[in-house]
Amino acid sequence: MKYKSLGIFLIISSFFLTCILSIWKIMSTLQGLSFTNLNITQVFSIGILLSLAFVLIGNKINHLIKIFSLSFIFSIVYFYLNETSPYWYAFGVFLVTLFFMNKLKKYSMESLKEDFISEKIIFDFITLFGIVFFAFVILFPFYIMLVTSFKTQIALLVNPLDFSLDLTKSLTDLFRSYFVIFDTYNFGRYILISSAVSIGTVIVTLLFAIPAAYAVARLNFFGKNFLSTSILIIYMFPAIVLVIPLYTVFSQLGLRNSIFGLLIVYTATTLPVAIYMLQGYFKSIPKEIEDAGIMDGQNWFGIILKIIIPLSLPAIASVALYVFMIAWNEFLFSLMFLDSPKSFTLSRAIQYLSGDAETPRQYLMAGSVIVTLPVLFIFVYFEKYLVSGLTSGGVKG
Amino acid sequence: MSNTLLKLEKRTAYTLVLPAVLLVFAIVLFPIFANVWISFKNIELKDIRIPEPRVKKIVKLISENQSELKIIYKLRNSSLIQEIRNVQFQDKFPKDISPINLDSRCNFQSKKVICNFGNWEAKYRKNFEIIIRNDNSETIDVKLIKSQKPILSGKADNPLLSTNFTLENFKKVFYENNFVELLLTTFYFTFFGTVGAIIFGILAAQLVNQNIQGRTYMRGILLFPYVGPVVALAYTWTLLLDPNSGTLNALLVNFNIIEKPINLLGQKYITMSILGFEFKLRLALTTVIFFEIWRYFPLAFLFILARLQAIPQSLYEAADVDGASPIQKFIHITLPQITAIISILFMIRFIWNFNKFEDIFLLTGGASGTRTLPINVYQQGFAVSDIGMGSAVSIVIVMLLISFMVIYFRLIGKRANEI
Repeated sequence: MKYKSLGIFLIISSFFLTCILSIWKIMSTLQGLSFTNLNITQVFSIGILLSLAFVLIGNKINHLIKIFSLSFIFSIVYFYLNETSPYWYAFGVFLVTLFFMNKLKKYSMESLKEDFISEKIIFDFITLFGIVFFAFVILFPFYIMLVTSFKTQIALLVNPLDFSLDLTKSLTDLFRSYFVIFDTYNFGRYILISSAVSIGTVIVTLLFAIPAAYAVARLNFFGKNFLSTSILIIYMFPAIVLVIPLYTVFSQLGLRNSIFGLLIVYTATTLPVAIYMLQGYFKSIPKEIEDAGIMDGQNWFGIILKIIIPLSLPAIASVALYVFMIAWNEFLFSLMFLDSPKSFTLSRAIQYLSGDAETPRQYLMAGSVIVTLPVLFIFVYFEKYLVSGLTSGGVKG
Repeated sequence: MSNTLLKLEKRTAYTLVLPAVLLVFAIVLFPIFANVWISFKNIELKDIRIPEPRVKKIVKLISENQSELKIIYKLRNSSLIQEIRNVQFQDKFPKDISPINLDSRCNFQSKKVICNFGNWEAKYRKNFEIIIRNDNSETIDVKLIKSQKPILSGKADNPLLSTNFTLENFKKVFYENNFVELLLTTFYFTFFGTVGAIIFGILAAQLVNQNIQGRTYMRGILLFPYVGPVVALAYTWTLLLDPNSGTLNALLVNFNIIEKPINLLGQKYITMSILGFEFKLRLALTTVIFFEIWRYFPLAFLFILARLQAIPQSLYEAADVDGASPIQKFIHITLPQITAIISILFMIRFIWNFNKFEDIFLLTGGASGTRTLPINVYQQGFAVSDIGMGSAVSIVIVMLLISFMVIYFRLIGKRANEI
């Protein structure tokens, strides 16, 4: 029994080590190192020896000393067997191994005798592997987006794997793509338009949604149930089926190529979800507080303004952020309604840029970084509000 | 007393709700009905412009002292297909100026020339001249004359409002549009995109729900693909997967995993052989599905994580006492707790993926076997410029959506009773 779990432990742990070392190697390759072999079998077999040494030594020496010395030995063996590579790469291998050894902390010859230990080992390492896998798969495209914007077309065609930043260049050279898209392609204007449309949408949506949500949450009127179910149903209808009629009507009314037209459409399409999210929150506010307001002689306007809004600021904030993100990221309507570069939003401008096959990719990626950064920044900064917004309304997208 | 209060409440409610309802009605509900109307019409992109009479004013000198001027109006019908009826023309002149030999269709009164040009057929294009003279033989200010813009008006049929209907569009949708393949592609994309996103969502939620370091950061990072703008992400992926100098292909070739680059987004089929069996895989479609999964599994993850965190820890502690293995705990405790949310997610995501346009449009533009119904709406309406046909495809989408929703509410209704 003990040897079976020991075997599983050795195989799984060294498999994990192989994975993280391969990722490190791939990332280093993208910095211009010329590796052509992942050496999976080699790393795997040294990894087995390493894990075996780890459990055999057990508690005989201090954990820190143990992992440092084992990682050090591993790195030396690894470099003895492999081609020469720069010191920073070797140091990285050492750190990755150290991280790996630290994760082995809870295993020893004794712990391998526990119940269900093989399942636990598998679960543990799948968890670790999963975290590394998900983090890598998610962050990798963002990383490529960022580093491509600092390279030049020629450098990328010569060696598509070299994403290293040439820090000897001046800052203006490094950020050249950004200067170009602001100077030549007018991205400053598009940022302004996108911000105006998104912030405008948030304000108008809230102006319409707060009273409506209050009525749905609190007041009795004919057709209320019908209204609250139809909100959800309308929400399910996609933009693509609205596009042709809206395009024809907007063309005839001269609303195409206008920020105002875009604002109306964005507001109307985000209103159902805003109302849905807000009314859920308004219902949770105790009615007694409002009754006090009514006693003071407030009308509905006063109640909403002086009682409901101050009490539901967190919910309003999450609706506002959610609507802002939808409007900022929106693409289909801006593609349909905006033809003239004078009224482009950021998303539409990037798509327009990509339509020209001559546009160097670093400009495209610089534009992408510019459109992505504000959203990610807002998301990271206000994560708490946004996550609650996403869970209550985020079926869309 | 209470009756008046009730009335007041009702009135207040309607004033509060009405603006939002009207706006949503105009922008969301009206187009859905308008689609039905347009889909029965033979109408193209160029038809939707209402024809209008247009004019260009040119001033010419004909006498030396500029006391007489010739004005040429270039008149035309903006439409190439439709006539404009009862065109009225009006131009204003400064004082002391009068026209000579005025056209019989026009008359001059209170400093204005007013003409009735009658009907203009399609493509109408003619010049119309007026000679004006200063009554005191003084010089006429040409700039002043030029700055005055003539006004034209006329009646034209709005082709959108005419009442000739046809079934042609629907015939084309079903018989000339590879409809079966279109539908199959849409369902293939929708089904695998949804299932994949949910599977990865469960895995990610299960991971983050353990007591690992940096759990909150991990949750934030996992949501990045969902909150990022689709344009930026799609183009990044296109670069990443590019066969010529894309990072992924370059890496795979560099480490000798593949011999030559694969055009992941531009190749319809790839022949794979597993265990001696050869089969064809829809390559571009599969790549697009993977992008879809990458972008939307965060949402499934978020919902499932919220559900997982609501499962009482005592259940797991009791299982520990009974000596349950991790797999048993997952199958007998976790899974039953998340089936409800998974089925809701499946249906909602199914509907949304079914409608997905941007992702496919930006990645492949609907080429190499990735043409789905929403892409077809765009292609018919704007690439082929057949608005009526595009609307007919939209109607097909709406009908399918309505049937999904009926199924959805039936099943959810049952589910609600079960829980």
